[in-house]
Amino acid sequence: MEPIVEVKGLKKYFTTPRGVLHAVDDVNLTIERGKTLGVVGESGCGKSTLGRTIIHLLESTEGQIFLNGKDVTHVKGKALREVREKMQIIFQDPYSSLDPRKSIDAIIREPLVVSKRYKKNEIDQATEELMEFVGIDSRLRMSYPHELDGGRRQRVGIARALALNPDFVVCDEPVSALDVSIQAQVLNLLKKLQQQKGLTYLFVTHDMSVVRHISDEICVMYLGQVVEKCPSRELFRNPLHPYTRALLSAIPSVDIHNPNKREILHGEITSPIDPKPGCRFASRCRFATDKCREPQKQEEVSTGHFVTCCRVHEL
Amino acid sequence: MAETAARAKTVQKRKSNSEFARIMHQMSKNKLAMAGLTIFLIELAAVLLAPVIIPYDYTLMDMTAIQQGPSMKHIFGTDELGRDIFSRVLYGGRYSITMGLVSVMISTTVGMSIGAVAGYFGGRVDNIIMRSLDIIQSLPAMLLTIVISAALGSGYLNTILALSVNGLPASARMLRANMMKERDSEYIEAAVSINCSRFRIIASHLIPNSLSANIVQATMAVANMIVMAASLSFIGLGVQPPIPEWGAMLSGARQFIRQCPHMVIAPGGAIAVTILALNLMGDGLRDALDPKLKR
Repeated sequence: MEPIVEVKGLKKYFTTPRGVLHAVDDVNLTIERGKTLGVVGESGCGKSTLGRTIIHLLESTEGQIFLNGKDVTHVKGKALREVREKMQIIFQDPYSSLDPRKSIDAIIREPLVVSKRYKKNEIDQATEELMEFVGIDSRLRMSYPHELDGGRRQRVGIARALALNPDFVVCDEPVSALDVSIQAQVLNLLKKLQQQKGLTYLFVTHDMSVVRHISDEICVMYLGQVVEKCPSRELFRNPLHPYTRALLSAIPSVDIHNPNKREILHGEITSPIDPKPGCRFASRCRFATDKCREPQKQEEVSTGHFVTCCRVHEL
Repeated sequence: MAETAARAKTVQKRKSNSEFARIMHQMSKNKLAMAGLTIFLIELAAVLLAPVIIPYDYTLMDMTAIQQGPSMKHIFGTDELGRDIFSRVLYGGRYSITMGLVSVMISTTVGMSIGAVAGYFGGRVDNIIMRSLDIIQSLPAMLLTIVISAALGSGYLNTILALSVNGLPASARMLRANMMKERDSEYIEAAVSINCSRFRIIASHLIPNSLSANIVQATMAVANMIVMAASLSFIGLGVQPPIPEWGAMLSGARQFIRQCPHMVIAPGGAIAVTILALNLMGDGLRDALDPKLKR
């Protein structure tokens, strides 16, 4: 399979009054065409920042981003606009991601209008097709976002993201603001669109059951770093990093005879501002030793299963 | 096929008169706002048609009818030189209302452009612009207007200029604050991701979403400016006699307030009614402009 997006040593630092915030720190990823990479982690671990940096909504501090084999890290002007057309984003909050003063029709057609490549009647037709594609009734064309429910709004956001026929879409927690019943509808829509259009997703979420449903591969992030990365099934069958184990044990079980053994994490997440070298999870990890305070290396434990933990073989 | 065409047509129709029609429709439900609008429009029409309506020339002195109370012949009475007050109030409205409208137009346009730049770019640009506006604002409004009028000399155009400078900071500040609030919204991020240019983001997304407060403020500011213009004329710095500006008329009539109160009531009442009408309109507009209060 050909990789569509490749990220090498990506870093995104923010300068704050209290020091340098390491939001994304040395992340390496490869996403193959037509696949979904799930990114999980708790709030503030940098998963949204990672998505936004890849699609050039934020400027990367260091590292390289490849799109279809081409280095697009520092593109500007026309090239940047082309890259953005190929890489789109679906936002978490369908309430704030749609301009409240624009009609549904205007929101969906805007990317096409801005690209200046299409004639008026082509845009009209494309808009209608897009609405049908994501399942918004055409009678809602002239409605305004506040008149729709969350699920429909998210469909509008999806239609806007797909308007320019992107190859790669970052889904930034696209269902976390929705009702559970609507979540399934939107997830199935995303899956259907992926099959029909051959889309590639980077699916950011903190919901393990959602990520299990949609991902081919999953990477687990903790404080800006990828601690474990492997195929989706492998992660749920054989989690290796202590943090991943704790994360998985937090999924509520419905089997009353076989309850999950909950691993409770103690302590607070450490500050992402000027972190010390070594495993960032060490201060909350019950297996931590002195070796964990030294810089860690990513290791391929079995084919396609990467873990960043020096004690992975002992545990 | 025919059905799609028909549907496309209704869609077109709804789109062409969308925003303005929606606001007007919303406002038409607010009785007080409509009353304000009606009063203001009647007043505007009367003032515009003044040369046709007025029964006497506003400069015509009739020494046989000095300081007469309201009667059939002179419905607002006459002043100390025997001039018809009704004609003078109507004619004076031309100056007062124009000064209010024009100075607000200037200060809003310039102020909002400055505010948009400051609000979008932020940082150092914002700092420079805002500190300059602070200088203007650090002087009391009335004092600043007096200073400018005194420096430039009294007169119609200078008064408008003085009032415009006065109104700048308020509209710039308001747009800037609202734009800063909107700037970090996700829909702006979405606009960036679909390649909207900076200009498009400001003009098509940020300003429409930040504008409503400014429209309301501008409506109210017209009232404010009319009062300021009248105050300037009252102390003799604004429009000079024999132009019958409302403030100037009040100023001239104040020495007769005990004997002939009608001389004060007519221009004073005109100012009060205009301001009331504008404020009612402003309140109605504020409600109508909030898209979430629709229907």
